[in-house]
Amino acid sequence: MSALQFPRERIIGIYRSMRLIRRFEERLMEEMSTGDIPGNTHLYAGQEASAVGVCLALREDDYISSTHRGHGHSIAKGCEIDAMMAELFGRATGTCAGKGGSQHIADLRKGMLGANGIVAGGAPITCGAALSAKLRGTEQVAVAFAGDGAMNEGVMAESFNLAKIWMLPIIFVIENNGYGEATANAHVSAGSFTRRAEGYDIPTDEVDGTDVFAVYEATRVAVERARTGGGPTLLHIHVPRYFGHYSGDPDTYRSADEKGEMRKNRDCLRLFRSRVEGAALLEGADLDQVEAEVEDQINQAVAAARAAPRPDAAALHTDVYVKYM
Amino acid sequence: MAQKSYRQAINEALHAEMARDPNVILMGEDLTGGAGGSGVQDAWGGPFGVTRGLLGAYGPERVRDTPISEAAFIGAAAGAALTGLRPVAEIMFIDFLGVCFDQIMNQAAKFRYMFGGRARTPLVIRATYGAGTRAGSQHTQALHPILTHIPGLKVVMPSTPYDAKGLLIQAIRDDDPVMFLEHKMLYDMVGEVPDRSYTIPFAEARVVRDGKDVLLIGLGRMAHIAEAAAEELARNGISACVIDPRTTSPLDVETLVEFAEKIGRVVIVDEANPRCSVAADISAILCEQCFDALKGPIRMVTAPHTPVPYAPNLEDAYIPSAARVVEAAQSLLRTR
Ligand SMILES: Cc1ncc(C[n+]2csc(CCOP(=O)(O)OP(=O)(O)O)c2C)c(N)n1
Ligand SMILES: [Mg+2]
Repeated sequence: MSALQFPRERIIGIYRSMRLIRRFEERLMEEMSTGDIPGNTHLYAGQEASAVGVCLALREDDYISSTHRGHGHSIAKGCEIDAMMAELFGRATGTCAGKGGSQHIADLRKGMLGANGIVAGGAPITCGAALSAKLRGTEQVAVAFAGDGAMNEGVMAESFNLAKIWMLPIIFVIENNGYGEATANAHVSAGSFTRRAEGYDIPTDEVDGTDVFAVYEATRVAVERARTGGGPTLLHIHVPRYFGHYSGDPDTYRSADEKGEMRKNRDCLRLFRSRVEGAALLEGADLDQVEAEVEDQINQAVAAARAAPRPDAAALHTDVYVKYM
Repeated sequence: MAQKSYRQAINEALHAEMARDPNVILMGEDLTGGAGGSGVQDAWGGPFGVTRGLLGAYGPERVRDTPISEAAFIGAAAGAALTGLRPVAEIMFIDFLGVCFDQIMNQAAKFRYMFGGRARTPLVIRATYGAGTRAGSQHTQALHPILTHIPGLKVVMPSTPYDAKGLLIQAIRDDDPVMFLEHKMLYDMVGEVPDRSYTIPFAEARVVRDGKDVLLIGLGRMAHIAEAAAEELARNGISACVIDPRTTSPLDVETLVEFAEKIGRVVIVDEANPRCSVAADISAILCEQCFDALKGPIRMVTAPHTPVPYAPNLEDAYIPSAARVVEAAQSLLRTR
């Protein structure tokens, strides 16, 4: 079933997830300037339709692994906003008890196997999760998110090969936002990402990542293949990156024209609105209400995070196998 | 003499050596930042602004922005070094050693010995290290012990702008693979740096301050923590000597032994985890070579045996502090 034929509530849910991600990230950008959020963070704004469209096609017990730009994937997979916000503030109530931070948000109960500070670090781990699902016979599938920059790490190629020879129920989702940090992808990538995968006889699809329905549709096909023993798929999803590489990046290496065009024509939230309103699936008022609810949710998460306790000093020494001194 | 930052000192060393020797080339991720983009070129001047201006001066053939392929470009740097160039490659965070260690440990480090002394590998690998940046467990480690362990690698850890410039020039002119480790928390530190080029030989520890009651040995950024501790101890009437080894391989054993013998009480301050560390190694060397002169056990003040946590209060507790060094020194002085 195309997502356009979903029941109303589910279509509203798509918007809620995308809006949550957008506002979560925009709010983080604001909060960074208060100094209450330690360090820096990589924001997912602009790419929402990718995470949400992919996760929409997944079961709750399916697995995903994420990247350094992981908030969107986490939210789309159902991680709690409050716990994520608390983690970013470095509080004991965070998803990782304040020990992980933005680049290490994980929630194994939600099938979220972790953001990752190491580019391409998640791909082989996700092969392992897919192998585990296959051998346990659970029909779960696993999704490895990675950026365009990650495609040039050797471990991606190794993972493709492994996934194919073992016919793993895995989907490699390559989110191409055109840049790896400040370097344009075209400057550092040869050939084509889909053809790289096709070299391993892995089926591929090129997807417009501003269209959540298209992302869902492509993922649905890949999930079906994975669940029925058809092995891996690679989805090459084209997305815009709204902010700089990280929250403190002045982002001068992209022209004002490029950034303006991106925000004007490639805003997945605005495109969603006109799509569903145009098809008379939802009314503007429905979406306005979602926006108000999301705003409340984010406000509450920030307030709760600020009020939450910092980790106990003893936490420095917990969660280790052995202690010395 | 001119006041310059640690960042600027490193930039000057690169400039000077590139101007002096056309075989010196640079490669790394976002080394300029902005390559192929629609806006400003050399926009970042490197992930920490260290390599700014080099693209303009020496062009993209010699200043190469690489794909995110550490194994490939570190290996390529090693191969280029083996065949006549003098590459300076950059690993953005030392934590990423994990994805390219084969090329360093099994390849570059082994050529000279394994090929019967017939190979030269004048390679420098610059990498940032260290905690304090709230960047979590995979962007904050101090991995110099792993590197120091490997025969065939030289390991340099400058703690001041002056040392950074002199040691980097030395590293670039050296004919063996050198790991040049830059602490992120030191980039903005300012100090005196001459405009001219100069070198600082390896295995020459720096006596930061002399003293007679206790010897504090501080590695890399920890030299400053040791110095702060020495000042605090001085206020309490204790005279501490501070030594910065500057290079962990080769290590200036002679100076360390000389001062340990003279003073008799030793505290080693290291940001790395404690087991199999450079601190443990120096402790073992001193025990072996001047045991009779020691007036008490050698004390190590290090990070705990854990990854680096994210929450600021935990990360601050992770990093060795001057207070802990003072405490260790005082406890040593109480033992006799
Ligand atoms: C192994 C490794 N190399 C380099 C980095 C530094 N780094 C962090 S994000 C990034 C760019 C990643 O680009 P891409 O995969 O396109 O993801 P995007 O940031 O665009 O989402 C780089 C180089 C890293 N974290 N890990
Ligand atoms: Mg990218």
